[in-house]
Amino acid sequence: MNIDIETIKKISHLARLELKPEEEQQMSSDFAKILDWMDQLNELDTSNVEPLMHMHQGVNVFRKDIAKNELTKAEGLFNAPQKNEDYFMVPKVKE
Amino acid sequence: MTYKTYIEFRKSLFEKTTLLVDVVKEFLQNIEKHKDLNVFLEVYSQEALDQAVIIQEKINLGSAGKLAGMVIGIKDVLAYKNHGLQSGSNILEGFKSQFTATAIQRLIDEDAIIIGRQNCDEFAMGSSNENSAFGPTLNFADKTRVPGGSSGASAVAVQANLCHASIGSDTGGSVRQPAGFCGVVGLKPSYSRISRWGLAAYASSFDCIGPITHCVEDAALLLEIMAGNDDYDSTVSQIPVDSYSEISKSDKKYTIGYFEDALNSEGLASEVKDLTQKKIEELIALGHTLVPLSFPRMKYLLPTYYILTMAEASSNLARYDGIRYGLRTKNAGSLEELYKKSRGEGFGKEVKKRIMLGTFILSADYYDAYYTKAQRVRRLIQEETNAFFKQVDFIISPTTPTPAFKIGAKSDNPMEMFLADIFTVHANVVGLPSISIPNGETVDGLPVGFQILGTEFEEKKMLEFALNIQKIDF
Repeated sequence: MNIDIETIKKISHLARLELKPEEEQQMSSDFAKILDWMDQLNELDTSNVEPLMHMHQGVNVFRKDIAKNELTKAEGLFNAPQKNEDYFMVPKVKE
Repeated sequence: MTYKTYIEFRKSLFEKTTLLVDVVKEFLQNIEKHKDLNVFLEVYSQEALDQAVIIQEKINLGSAGKLAGMVIGIKDVLAYKNHGLQSGSNILEGFKSQFTATAIQRLIDEDAIIIGRQNCDEFAMGSSNENSAFGPTLNFADKTRVPGGSSGASAVAVQANLCHASIGSDTGGSVRQPAGFCGVVGLKPSYSRISRWGLAAYASSFDCIGPITHCVEDAALLLEIMAGNDDYDSTVSQIPVDSYSEISKSDKKYTIGYFEDALNSEGLASEVKDLTQKKIEELIALGHTLVPLSFPRMKYLLPTYYILTMAEASSNLARYDGIRYGLRTKNAGSLEELYKKSRGEGFGKEVKKRIMLGTFILSADYYDAYYTKAQRVRRLIQEETNAFFKQVDFIISPTTPTPAFKIGAKSDNPMEMFLADIFTVHANVVGLPSISIPNGETVDGLPVGFQILGTEFEEKKMLEFALNIQKIDF
């Protein structure tokens, strides 16, 4: 499958991942190779096979809904690159 | 001091022929001496020495836990409260965990000593440890070669005697493949056997935590401590944990399958083939029944694995947004730019590729053609694998098709690197337990691994078989 630069740009927007022009070129050529390789799966007839969506056989496990507040506000904010005492900070969203 | 098993080491601690603080000092010296291997991203020297004193006291008082004095290194994808965690990535620059992974907490609760965090492929994506933001780790058997990946440094740490054992993670072979390349033992349990709380997510329907050790006995003991239900992971199995550590040698005879086509395939290095065949002959001589199996769908394992893991990864790695933790770009005017540039600057090449392909696979136009298709094939392969296990107790293979390759040798062709996981990935696609044990060396002294695939939640049976056939050179 041929994946052009426009498609790469669209995907990189969806993934919120900025790529440099040379990365877009590389991505386009890697995509083509890898998707062709993945297309092998079309050799298999799976029309009567249900998709396997859960690897886990168990039933849902409930626990008592008791608030524990294990992470303090300070701990929650600890790793933020930009913050004040109460909030994570981001560039202005509203004009 | 030569370390054989934890049980033997423990005896020497309790008989006071070994002092724990001396053991920790020796490891710290080894770590310093072998810095060029690039194994540890951070060493917790003072803490390890302090813990050694506290645990020595417990040993003297007779109140020490089941892992008293076992010195363990952890892969840089496992959370340890107030310690750094970067998943081998720049995007988690400066991150410190606010809590400890359940698996690691259970080791600490049994008086293990955590000595440091270990290099790995970025977000566990890779088969050679070359995708780390911190540079490659070197194989101790030949420093021009890779240690495998993604838990490459965790395997080298055991191989080069920098700690007693390591804890890694295995999504498509990331514990077993480096264990094979480094001549140590690597165990991937059944999917959901160990809580994933505190494990940085790569592909959630594949990810497993697993130990890397000198011997099968230690892998069994560590699994026993780490496994089992956990309030913090609703997907962890509720099935009771077996007493894996009570495995013992037996002369039980098994029916063992192997994939004949895979053993005769072109991609298999001749020395790997010879050593595997020699092992098969040994098994026959021991009285086991060997059954050749035909698995033409084997070639679909890797494409299935990559479609699903890339899709899951693109979704899991959406959390790295430059806002709540980690690297944040200095060049953003708007919120959207902040996301895009932080991620563009923070992620490495392989991770970007997988996020992009995963996003593509999950996009509306291609979702059914790739994602749903791969889920259907996953079921086909699971059913076929279950059918094999109606005939056999285990399926064996080499762990990898070749011994460790040269650093840089497979960086250009993406699919060539994928092939290093051809034998290991099966277990993750179907959720079964698997172990790699050493199986000799090539004439150039490169370790070769032997892999056993077992049945779901029958780790004990698999470990006992591995114990019976492991050979250890000291």
